[in-house]
Amino acid sequence: MNLVLCLLSSRQYLPAERIRRTVPGYADAASDEAFFRMFERDKAELRELGVPLETGRIPGFEAGEGYRIARRDYELPDIDLEADEAAAVALAARLWDSSQLAGAAHGALVKLRAAGVEVDTELSAVVQPRVRATEPALTPLISAVQAGQVVTFPHRRHPAEQPIGRTLEPWGVVSWRGRWYVVGHDRDRDATRCFRVSRIAGPVRAIGAPGAVQRPPGVDLLKIVAGSAEPPAAAHTVRLWLADGRAYGLRQRATVLARMTLEDVAGDVVTVELPGYDVAARWIAGLGPDAVVLEPAELATAVRARLSAAAGSVG
Amino acid sequence: MEGVTQRLPRLLALVPYLLARPGVPIEEVAADFSITVPVLRRDLELLWMCGLPGYGPGDLIDLSFEGDTVTVTFDAGMRRPLRLSGAEATALVVALRALAETPGVLDAGSVRRALAKIEAAAGQADGVVVGLATREEAALTAVRDALDHRRALRIRYYTPARDTVSDRTVDPMRLLLVEGRGYLEAWCRWAEEVRLFRLDRIEHVTTLDEPALPPPQARPTDVSDGLFRAQPDQQIAVLTLAPDSRWVAEYYPVDELIEGKGGAATVRMRYSETGWMVRLVLGLGADVVVREPPELAAAVAQRARAALRRSDHLAPSEAG
Repeated sequence: MNLVLCLLSSRQYLPAERIRRTVPGYADAASDEAFFRMFERDKAELRELGVPLETGRIPGFEAGEGYRIARRDYELPDIDLEADEAAAVALAARLWDSSQLAGAAHGALVKLRAAGVEVDTELSAVVQPRVRATEPALTPLISAVQAGQVVTFPHRRHPAEQPIGRTLEPWGVVSWRGRWYVVGHDRDRDATRCFRVSRIAGPVRAIGAPGAVQRPPGVDLLKIVAGSAEPPAAAHTVRLWLADGRAYGLRQRATVLARMTLEDVAGDVVTVELPGYDVAARWIAGLGPDAVVLEPAELATAVRARLSAAAGSVG
Repeated sequence: MEGVTQRLPRLLALVPYLLARPGVPIEEVAADFSITVPVLRRDLELLWMCGLPGYGPGDLIDLSFEGDTVTVTFDAGMRRPLRLSGAEATALVVALRALAETPGVLDAGSVRRALAKIEAAAGQADGVVVGLATREEAALTAVRDALDHRRALRIRYYTPARDTVSDRTVDPMRLLLVEGRGYLEAWCRWAEEVRLFRLDRIEHVTTLDEPALPPPQARPTDVSDGLFRAQPDQQIAVLTLAPDSRWVAEYYPVDELIEGKGGAATVRMRYSETGWMVRLVLGLGADVVVREPPELAAAVAQRARAALRRSDHLAPSEAG
């Protein structure tokens, strides 16, 4: 604290020796070595907090280098939020369900309050957004994106497969439908790719120089992720029998054509648009006797295959 | 003892904070910094010993206490807080942007103005994007409106666990956006409980001409551990998933996953509705084996046989 105040109050670069003599605490250092160890540790801590500690040559001074903190770079610029804007900021700060991001958001609020902004977090909001961000790979990926560094990581394409090493120029990380993805240029495949962060099976390593990765202008990260994760549009029209009072999930998308009784059970004949046969067969087989495929035969066969397996797997 | 990484940023922020609020109650300061009053008092005692080189009476930070309030009388040049770090700016700017791009959550104008001001002071945070509620939920506007005006709602709601729809009258409490989906938290007069309704499963919504009056026992749901928390009355299934059905373990919460041969995995899964679990297992066909409980395995086999029998009943022309 005293070191910050001392360096902030000085316009000139202060040599380490002078800092040692003036700032309380350093005078207790038993030896030069002990002092420099303390000083190095403190400098590292300040830089970690984002304190813009500058190093520069002191004109006409033998020992060379000195330190200062430029007030202009240190201070948060003026910021003035109206009550509704402050409410939005308070809500935004509570978005994160992750110790790291929530901690950072809290740190930001503390500074805004210190800048005189009234941010009331006790406000009983009727809206409560939460975004989970607990994947361990997320923090190193965000750092790499912001530093513009290439990353390597082992990634499973499918949870049952062995991880494959990937080298990616990361453009950004995206949370979409509750899952996190990293988007960028895959160097091995020379193409734009996104990877689900939860399937990263080992450490993320930043390689190469900061600033090496340039995101192409105009790229829409959310669109890339949404495009690759979007289930295929409804592709098949199928005709089904659905028992009365059952299968509401399918009925939501269905059009009723006629009434029909099957095994003395009353029901409707409906048409419904469904995605690929695999997904359709899973949904319909799941309904058991409450849904029967009338058309097409290919789907009826797929459903029967699932049902036969389920009927036989327990003897 | 807390580390310097927590304490120093707080100390740096304390002086400008107090400077901006002369005579602020000590309790309020502690609350704003999320610390206890004794911790705050130790911070203030330390600040008293900090100041400018010389460290004489006129150089040290000076505070005056009056009753339970505190005022800075000399700031030693610490007039403004430190700039936001990259991580802090990202956490705030990304969250604001997510709110701004989700229609109906907050007044979009306030969020945009706040975002512009924060970005101007803290810099932009590119490279992190959060999509909150991805589809335009038809129910969102009506729900938001009912919350703003404290009105009760009549909703037609699809319950996938039972594969049924029901009409309910609810007293809205909050709108939750969790894991990329929107939920209405409301007192359900029919169930006489606080329930979460997923917005995309609300089929129809009517705003009623009566006020929303959740009873005093209606407590907000604790979503700090996510929405699917283990409940004591849930049953546990042990399933072996083939590689093609491994998505189940990513899509639904599982308690335990043991890797098996050839990419298979055995998982323990909790469930409340037997009907739901039977539908899941039945649909997976040969890609799943039920290990436990035996009643679940029997129910699945029984439903499968009944379904095969029923489809056998179709006239050949119908099955065409």
